[in-house]
Amino acid sequence: MTEFLPDTGPLILTIQLAAITTAILIVIATPLAWWLAFTQARVKPAIEAITALPLVLPPTVLGFYMLIAFSPKSTLGGIWLQATGTTLTFSFAGLVVASVIYSLPFAVQPLQSAFEALGRSPLEAAATLRAGPFDRFFAVGMPLAKRGFLTAAVLSFAHTIGEFGVVLMVGGNIPGQTRVVSIAIYEHVETINHADAHVLSAILLAFSFAVLLLIYVVNRRFPEPAV
Amino acid sequence: MSVLEASVKLSRGAFSLAIDERIPLAGITALFGRSGSGKTTLLRIIAGLEPGAGGRIAMNGATWQDGPRFVPPHKRAIGYVFQDARLFQHLSVAGNLDFAARRATDPGPSVESVVAAFDLKPLLARRPQALSGGEKQRVALARALLSAPRLMLMDEPLSSLDEARKGEILPYLEKMRDESDIPILYVSHSAAEVARLANHVVMLEAGRIVRQAAAGALFADADAAPLLGMREAGAVLEARVTAHYADGLSELSVSGGTLTLPFIDRPTGSTVRVRIPAQDILLALKRPEAISALNILETKIIAIREDDGAGALVTLECGRDRLLARVTRRSAQALGLEPGGACFAIVKTVAVAQGNLGAETPAQPESA
Repeated sequence: MTEFLPDTGPLILTIQLAAITTAILIVIATPLAWWLAFTQARVKPAIEAITALPLVLPPTVLGFYMLIAFSPKSTLGGIWLQATGTTLTFSFAGLVVASVIYSLPFAVQPLQSAFEALGRSPLEAAATLRAGPFDRFFAVGMPLAKRGFLTAAVLSFAHTIGEFGVVLMVGGNIPGQTRVVSIAIYEHVETINHADAHVLSAILLAFSFAVLLLIYVVNRRFPEPAV
Repeated sequence: MSVLEASVKLSRGAFSLAIDERIPLAGITALFGRSGSGKTTLLRIIAGLEPGAGGRIAMNGATWQDGPRFVPPHKRAIGYVFQDARLFQHLSVAGNLDFAARRATDPGPSVESVVAAFDLKPLLARRPQALSGGEKQRVALARALLSAPRLMLMDEPLSSLDEARKGEILPYLEKMRDESDIPILYVSHSAAEVARLANHVVMLEAGRIVRQAAAGALFADADAAPLLGMREAGAVLEARVTAHYADGLSELSVSGGTLTLPFIDRPTGSTVRVRIPAQDILLALKRPEAISALNILETKIIAIREDDGAGALVTLECGRDRLLARVTRRSAQALGLEPGGACFAIVKTVAVAQGNLGAETPAQPESA
């Protein structure tokens, strides 16, 4: 069996990366999406456009800029080096930061639509019942938008697993550090190790299908409550 | 008596609202006006749901808004009943009530007592999606009450309901008005609803308060009739139940006489509110004889106001009360009606409601 299975290191590393990225994204994207859903500020379209940039930019462009920003000579990279003693480039931490930026729209957009669908009505009702802003969010907004949270989490996780270009640019190919599944597959193909490439690719294919199936099944079974 | 001071301005596109008024609050104060007159906007400003509004809002010395000072809605001691109920869909009825009770900052009624008062026991486990429109509004009223407000704001709580459902909710509103000492500010565009429920009426037109008066005085005022809508004109007076008869009739006394009506389910001695639509009064110069009508009141003509059409509105004095009668100009002239003259008012229909200048149970037409 062990001979049939390729090195599981990249698989585990990928799942770790995706899990950490998803957790960070939910924390960052929730307030951002909440703000975007309810603000009347003029800068809203600009912020929305910036948030959506990773959707359209080639990963190489994103990776290139991040590589520059992460470099120990840059401000961000320098602060990181001073604080942790390691560099952001070609490290797992750097991959996490890159993945968070890369997958940001996949967390923000489902959350923002869920909050917009919710509207102000239930939140106003909660406010007239003495619920403060945080109370309104946790007791009314979050439970009513739970489908949006599920979609955001699943898409962020899946999209992080599928990233390649940004990882290649920022992380390179260091086993146990930055060698995620997509990179491993690329290397297997480059080294004409088609058997391992097949197995890893099949695993990713099955996983991606399962994730999307889950989202569609859940959305079908729990239709958004009419508010 | 509580007083609400409102001195606020808000403009939004073509609409502008400018209010500077002290509104007395006791029982139900109606904010009455056509749609688009700004009554809901005023209610939302009072609740703190329109942060764009500038000015001052204070109730009984507690300032909720004054210039840059703005108390957010959750820190104003208000309850709000929305037109569309706005129950929380992710919570059961019990969960919705509990949400309010747990966050109440003043001591308020217990959940059990409110559940009993609004007959919500059979609904407690249900989700809002499984409730009828009337049931939703009942839960919304109970929920608002459980947050122990010092001022209850209601935005047309009956307007999304059909007549039968309205009839189901009205007694609960009357109970709330008569049994709790929380003043209610009640937005409505229905003169019938206002006549039935309100103690005091504030009339809005195009974002301005055009008139405010006690309900009794307003509904007996011929000059206010065009604002209320001519069809809705008609005096609202207080009456006392004096007797119930074996033939199914009840007797009421008003300051200027007695009214005999189909059975009224109120004990003898209790005060009720009666509404006599202006178009349901006939006038006669001599006491009519051999007529089937039971209710004939002796009155004196105070004024005659001719309207733009063929009609005239006659203000009558009847004891300490005033009545309005709508007749055609032709008959007013034919009868030679003049201020100061005596005449008999033949009352065709009377609607009776519980409470002292408070409310009507389903209209009881009296055509005997």
